[in-house]
Amino acid sequence: MDFFDRFAIPHPSPVIYASMVAITLTLVAIVAGVTYTKKWGYLWREWLTTVDHKRIGMMYLISALLMLFRGGADAIMMRAQTALPENTLLDSQHYNEIFTTHGVVMIIFMAMAFIMALMNFVVPLQIGARDVAFPRLNALSFWLYFWGAMLFNISFVIGGSPDAGWTSYFPLAGNEFSQSVGTNYYMIAIQIAGLGTLITGINFIVTILKMRAPGMTLMKMPMFTWSALITNLIIVFAFPVLTVALAMGTIDRLFGGNFFTTTDGGMDMLWANLFWVWGHPEVYILILPAFGIYSEIIPTFARRNLYGYKSMVASIVLISVLSFVVWVHHFFTMGQGAMVNSIFSITTMAIAIPTGIKIFNWLFTLWKGKITITVPMLYSLGFIPIFTIGGVTGVMLGMSAADYQYHNTMFLVAHFHLVIIPGVVFAMLAGLTYWWPKMFGFMLNERIGKLSFWLISIGTCVAFFPMFISGLDGQARRMYTYSEATGFGIWNMISFVGAIMLAAGFVTIVYNIYYSTRYASRDISSDPWDARSLEWATHTPVPDYNFAITPQVNSSEAFWDSKKNGHKLFPGEYKEIHMPNNSGVPFIMSAIFFVLGFALVFSIWILAVIALLGIFACLAHRSFEQDHGYHIPVEEVKETEEKLGGARQ
Amino acid sequence: MKVDQTKPLEYSTEQNNLNILGFWMFLGAEIMLFATLFASYFTLEGRTGSGPSGSEIFEIMPVIFETFILLTSSFTIGLGVHAMRLMNKKATIAFFSITLLLGLAFVGFEVVEFFTYIEEGAALQTSAFTSILLSTLGTHGAHVTFGLFWGLFILIQIKKRGLTPETANKSFIFSLYWHFLDVVWIFIFSFVYLKGMM
Repeated sequence: MDFFDRFAIPHPSPVIYASMVAITLTLVAIVAGVTYTKKWGYLWREWLTTVDHKRIGMMYLISALLMLFRGGADAIMMRAQTALPENTLLDSQHYNEIFTTHGVVMIIFMAMAFIMALMNFVVPLQIGARDVAFPRLNALSFWLYFWGAMLFNISFVIGGSPDAGWTSYFPLAGNEFSQSVGTNYYMIAIQIAGLGTLITGINFIVTILKMRAPGMTLMKMPMFTWSALITNLIIVFAFPVLTVALAMGTIDRLFGGNFFTTTDGGMDMLWANLFWVWGHPEVYILILPAFGIYSEIIPTFARRNLYGYKSMVASIVLISVLSFVVWVHHFFTMGQGAMVNSIFSITTMAIAIPTGIKIFNWLFTLWKGKITITVPMLYSLGFIPIFTIGGVTGVMLGMSAADYQYHNTMFLVAHFHLVIIPGVVFAMLAGLTYWWPKMFGFMLNERIGKLSFWLISIGTCVAFFPMFISGLDGQARRMYTYSEATGFGIWNMISFVGAIMLAAGFVTIVYNIYYSTRYASRDISSDPWDARSLEWATHTPVPDYNFAITPQVNSSEAFWDSKKNGHKLFPGEYKEIHMPNNSGVPFIMSAIFFVLGFALVFSIWILAVIALLGIFACLAHRSFEQDHGYHIPVEEVKETEEKLGGARQ
Repeated sequence: MKVDQTKPLEYSTEQNNLNILGFWMFLGAEIMLFATLFASYFTLEGRTGSGPSGSEIFEIMPVIFETFILLTSSFTIGLGVHAMRLMNKKATIAFFSITLLLGLAFVGFEVVEFFTYIEEGAALQTSAFTSILLSTLGTHGAHVTFGLFWGLFILIQIKKRGLTPETANKSFIFSLYWHFLDVVWIFIFSFVYLKGMM
């Protein structure tokens, strides 16, 4: 009996039981479906063991979209609960669990995965490379992220969700106040996924520094690649801090350590500091790739080269430096004194300068451009005003004295959603629509896409603008209900309506994918947008080896030059191409990581030791393995190129 | 696989170059990891609760031994890489073996040290100070232990496959790892033990 008690959910509700049934049925349906269509072999050979950066990108993309809907369901439940005063849809415990998982899922498992998806797919193509520097590590990164996400997502049906907020502040997240295993899930699932992210960081830095096409100097790199490079540098320097913080939290919770306790010398503020030393750079890990995407899309659809390329690069670098010196602004009111607050107030507001430079550069790119309004361009144009509103309210929050009024209110919630949604979600949807034809060989429907854009952008404004008002009126965040006398009711109701619009927008995106998959024309050229960078120079669909001949670059827009000025992009003859072999080890090893994580969450030590030995065996296997990949012969390259619509010379 | 004869073996192929740069990036992440541990250590150093403080439990002699052993092992792995550059397989294996034996001795000393601390009432659960002390030392010790297995596997490969661009690359990267652990230990020796005993 004790055995089942451990895995039971501490705060059950009909919704959770219904989800359990739904999850089981879905799993059964997937297994049955794959078995019935005899696709296990295909799945294993082509996807689970793949080391191709394009396929890994697609798998990240699918995972990110799934997580978007999981986090979105949490969001709708929150807005529904607070839509009316004294609502009893959810109880306080359930509400705590929902806002916690909403934050974690959206930041760590949705936004990060979305960025990794586009980075994986686009960066090697943009720099004219065959693959990333370490293809197998790339697969490992994805599967670690995937199994970490799975571990986090089973929490609400086995043992209970984390409920201490996505920041998981101690002592609230300690054993004393969070008795269920929920926070164990938080600590360990993020640790596993974070390991994957760190490996990606290292992989892409080396890829970008070492594998660029001949002639592509650093200052001729496309902006998205620049943003990816800087993002990955931030990852390598920020994620180890999270690793340590999570390890300390785990030691506190599982082994009775005293890092963050309130007795025996423990220091809860250490968690807050370590968390935000990672957490603030994390914000820029999310936003910089988005800036990179806009810098690709705006010049493409304004038919002008990017205004102020050098200042764009300089401002990303400056932002990345500043991102590490502002973390204290997350707890201005927690007693560090006027001097410290002033310093961090100034560094925080300083970030507005490089960001402003970027905004003006985009505006100057649009100025005198011949603008075509496509879906990616709409998102880019919608981003500018909404993001600016979010950003300016951030400067307001950055004034430490004034922050005593805004701190921990809905004003803050409005601020960060109004930067993250246009900053990350719009960019990812723009990037998704923009690179979709390269990924899948057909365009997404423009009319449905425009409908999604309007629903999402208006929905964002309707959902989050009212929170500025209710926040200034004093509505605290994370409050599961409020009395009618507060007058917050109307603003929360408007927010709920906005949330429904947002949800409708995302549903139309799914419908668009379905509709376009069925009806869209497959007869598109390899460059349907008339774009400017190298990823459009190769065929659609992209062959395994990306480029038959390594491109020769002589400007920051080599492909554009080759189209307009007759620059010869692919000099030389076909040669045989070296490719890496697929491997099942990344998938298996990450699955064992999942087992290890599960064992640790429930302190099942024997299983944990077995899993550790399994991971060790995988590492040892890799150490002794000799795998030099294989070569694609010249004739096969020639054949593939001709089949894909004309050899490239 | 194209092998560039003008370069040292460990740099002789394109993949080897990528591996070495990738490993330097990894070391960057490791620096951040240990920097975070040190920052936390300095924050929690004085927060001993009802447990002992550093000056009550640290003993200089075992730590001097550990330091001596680890520094020597860093020297011998340097000799091993030198022998590798001279394409002397036997000497490479010899020096790598000595390095690993010294590493094993170091881990042995550290395990004894940990048991002594726990006996003296300074366990992981005692206070914030003991938690961070044992975690910091433990993280370094776990790295050394991991390195013992890693090094052993490479040693077996050199023995079986000889000095190829691949094994040379692995050995060189392993030597970077080992030197890095030595550098971290110097910080631990100075800022944990010496400072704690003052």
